[in-house]
Amino acid sequence: MAIIEVAGLRKAYGGRPVVDGVSFSVDDGEIFGILGPNGAGKTTTVECVSGLRVADEGRVRVAGLDPVAEREALTRVVGVQLQRSEVQEKLTVREALELYAAFYERPADWRELVEELGLADRIGARFGKLSGGQRQRLFIALALIGRPRVVVLDELTTGLDPRGRRNTWRLIERVRDSGVTVVLVTHFMEEARHLCDRVALIDGGRITALDTPVGLIGRAAGSTVMSFVPSGPLPEGELAALPGATDVARKDGRVTVRGSEETVNAAMALIARRGLTAGRLRVESASLDDAYLDLTEGDRP
Amino acid sequence: MTATTVVLRTEARLFAREPGALFWIVAFPALLLTALGLVPAFREVDEELDGLRVVDLYVPIAVLLAMIMAGVQSMPVVLSGYRERGILRRLSATPARPSSLLAAQLAVHGGAVLVAVALTLAVGWLAFDVEPAGQPVGYGLAVLLAAFTSLALGGMIAALTPSAKAAQTLGLVIFFPAMFSAGVYVPVSTMPGLLGDVVELTPFGASAAALDRAAAGNWPHGLDVAVTGVWGLLFLGVAARWFRWE
Repeated sequence: MAIIEVAGLRKAYGGRPVVDGVSFSVDDGEIFGILGPNGAGKTTTVECVSGLRVADEGRVRVAGLDPVAEREALTRVVGVQLQRSEVQEKLTVREALELYAAFYERPADWRELVEELGLADRIGARFGKLSGGQRQRLFIALALIGRPRVVVLDELTTGLDPRGRRNTWRLIERVRDSGVTVVLVTHFMEEARHLCDRVALIDGGRITALDTPVGLIGRAAGSTVMSFVPSGPLPEGELAALPGATDVARKDGRVTVRGSEETVNAAMALIARRGLTAGRLRVESASLDDAYLDLTEGDRP
Repeated sequence: MTATTVVLRTEARLFAREPGALFWIVAFPALLLTALGLVPAFREVDEELDGLRVVDLYVPIAVLLAMIMAGVQSMPVVLSGYRERGILRRLSATPARPSSLLAAQLAVHGGAVLVAVALTLAVGWLAFDVEPAGQPVGYGLAVLLAAFTSLALGGMIAALTPSAKAAQTLGLVIFFPAMFSAGVYVPVSTMPGLLGDVVELTPFGASAAALDRAAAGNWPHGLDVAVTGVWGLLFLGVAARWFRWE
């Protein structure tokens, strides 16, 4: 069942469309990723979902609520972690949690949250003295303190080291396991692949693809990559003519062919016909990175 | 406890962690009065001052100084900083309204001003025998009106500046004329003819005149009250029109 429905969302700033007809829905209990290059409209989209911005056009419903007309009710259902928004510098972790807990009728127990988030030894520390990772964890705690049904996390792990990122991912999974729907804005492919049930790729204010991470990878041209060292000469032209092949490259005697599974089978047959062998053969799926680059236009030369 | 109460308690706690603001708003005006009062000549009756002493004149000035510190120097920097750092924005994503933070800041700064006024009056009275106020009701009303106008001015500065730094700069630009018109350099009642008349049309000049009259045991002039109030409403209007939450 969909807990978030977005249909035909449009938003322009100063005549320039930032979100240009975005539609998607998020199921209850899902981790839904919104992925895309900088300036693609990701943040504006989730701001419209969280009631922080008023869309120019389109229909948004979160748990049946209109984020603009029923904003008050929405704030009790949605918890957010926003980019570039802090708490008062001299507020301690504990005071920030108590303050935000007071805004809700049935808040979560902040002691459990700090325990789970590994902030228990920092509850007396002022916000200004926290490290980047500790701040992020505090923001997650503040997003969860009202026991929301949906949390929106905007660039959650930006600025975290790999360990901090992994810990945060585990936390997000636990949040989802507790029944909360998660909307995750990110530009880390690895993060989307690891966490998300489904991913919407946004580019230039539009959704260019919406699928599971595995589905996205498969959808991109050249989703399978094989590489090998042929035991004898093998014309590149013949490889490029194989069914589904999108790219052939040769470096230091090693040939790399991008294509589909069909390409791999055809290449093996070709090698066999020529009486050659494929040394040091490797066959891999392309990463979500490759899919991302293939499916977004933004950074193409 | 309601959200509003917790926000207020939090802001009061944070204010108490700002030694600079505490000093300049609460302590400095009383300290300035003490320093002036310790000069023997300022404790002698001066016929040119209608039989008053310099230290008598400086009690209302010290009172206004506390308001200028709060409204021009302290509060707008806090508010613009809250907006700049997305604190107001974060709050607008909760069931609490960011306006509760604004109200708490007004209350905390207003409270600090009233403490400063009480401290200044107490120092003047106990240390230097300055009669607190000949017309206490008029004095009280003049204090409240001046506090309203100075905090409205602070709200306007916060509305017109995008960052804490900009608020600080604009605050500084307004700070010196405000101090002058309140009579910190030359008491308003001793300003010569035209200058005095012009200064009495400024918010702090009119407030100073109203406080002087009430201190001397009279009701403030209607014109001074009206001038202070109209400025206050004007500042409030600009603040309400241009204040942005993010």
